[in-house]
Amino acid sequence: MTPILATQNVRLSYGEKEALHGIDLNFDEHSITALIGPSGCGKSTYLRCLNRMNDLIADTTVTGSFQFHEQDIYAPTTNLVELRKQIGMVFQQPNPFPFSLYENVTYGLKLAGHNDKRFLDEQVERALRQAAIWEEVKDDLHKNAFLFSGGQQQRICIARLLAVQPDIILLDEPTSALDPISSAQIEETLLTLKNDYTIIIVTHNLQQASRVADRTAFMLNGDLVEVDSTSQLFTQPAHQQTSDYLNGKFG
Amino acid sequence: MKNIFSEELKKLFSDFTDMGTAVSGQIAQATQSYIDHDKAAAQSLVTHDQSINGNEVDLEKQALTLMTLQQPVADDFRAVVSILKASADLERIGDHATSIASETIRVKGSHRNQSVEVKIASLSQQIRDMLTTALTAFNANDATQAEKIAKQDQSVDDQFDEIRNTVTVAMQQDPEVAAAGASYLLVTKLLERIGDRIVNLAEELVYNQTGEIIELNQSRIRPDGD
Repeated sequence: MTPILATQNVRLSYGEKEALHGIDLNFDEHSITALIGPSGCGKSTYLRCLNRMNDLIADTTVTGSFQFHEQDIYAPTTNLVELRKQIGMVFQQPNPFPFSLYENVTYGLKLAGHNDKRFLDEQVERALRQAAIWEEVKDDLHKNAFLFSGGQQQRICIARLLAVQPDIILLDEPTSALDPISSAQIEETLLTLKNDYTIIIVTHNLQQASRVADRTAFMLNGDLVEVDSTSQLFTQPAHQQTSDYLNGKFG
Repeated sequence: MKNIFSEELKKLFSDFTDMGTAVSGQIAQATQSYIDHDKAAAQSLVTHDQSINGNEVDLEKQALTLMTLQQPVADDFRAVVSILKASADLERIGDHATSIASETIRVKGSHRNQSVEVKIASLSQQIRDMLTTALTAFNANDATQAEKIAKQDQSVDDQFDEIRNTVTVAMQQDPEVAAAGASYLLVTKLLERIGDRIVNLAEELVYNQTGEIIELNQSRIRPDGD
């Protein structure tokens, strides 16, 4: 299978200091990949390279190859708005906009020039259904997004992303601010979403990685130690460092 | 936090070794009482088996608690799972030894065959050597011994066949030997099954070290396999 996203020899430096030392990772379409590793290992930094979020940080240099659908993510001609529509990101803290749920979910579509009410209504329902939150919020579409629970806000953010129909969803510790029940709901949502989307998730919750991910990549000190099917990595990792990390012996 | 796990795991292995040593003693005592027709020794062994079963339950509880509370993965997970499975095998070995003791209590008839009894004693010793190899390898996490144990088990199977033939011939020649002969066959079969269980230990040893699930037990594919 040709990967939907292929990265090779990814290096990132903040000024003189290199934080990623040449990462090779590929992502298959409609799969979930988890990136794990101790704090500071570079997993979030790597994730943010994938839709050029690191461009916003001064004095950052990124090199390496990033092929997305045969397109070079770092080509000078890349349209960043378009790129981030195709490769969207969900953050650790739910960050709804301070308006109604409906306006949150339609925000990207309106930016893209869609104003037909019926179309927008359909897209809101589709996105909220895909984010597995429609039944809970369908009667409160015009309520301020801040008034929902943390878990619901996070799924609203996922729905906001889904409304613009991305190919890849990046999630940076999406459940670390949530209670176990909300986390479980997000995990179930991810398992449904992978039928239509490619998902890459950074998580500190190893059980979460083992529950949802098809493949897991273990990073340490800016290097990729190993990547394998999740069941292989959690039962027979190739490196002792991986086993030690999984068992909490460092990190 | 994980130091607690390491300590608990060490204790689990140590308790497992103690249980293995006790089970090895059971095999020795059971075979000796059988050969000596020592019903009192056999009875004491049957009574003692309850404590082996208790050991197995304790080990199982320890392993399950470790898995639930510490949630080990990768090699730590494999270590706990292999002990969990191996302790069940030790418990069954203990049960087979008890069955030999029960046979000692039950057996009647004074017609005996010295040469068969010598062979049974030798088979029993060989099986205990296999068990010692397995327990030592478990402690050293040395899966290289697994093949050796499997080979020893083939020799046990061959001896089982040999004793069966000897007993069958003896029974044909002298019907008076029939009662003892049936008993010899049962006891030899029990010893042979103990050998198979020890091969299971070797398989669990391989899983512990490499994560591979393998089948070393040749008798599994034999029609009379356990």
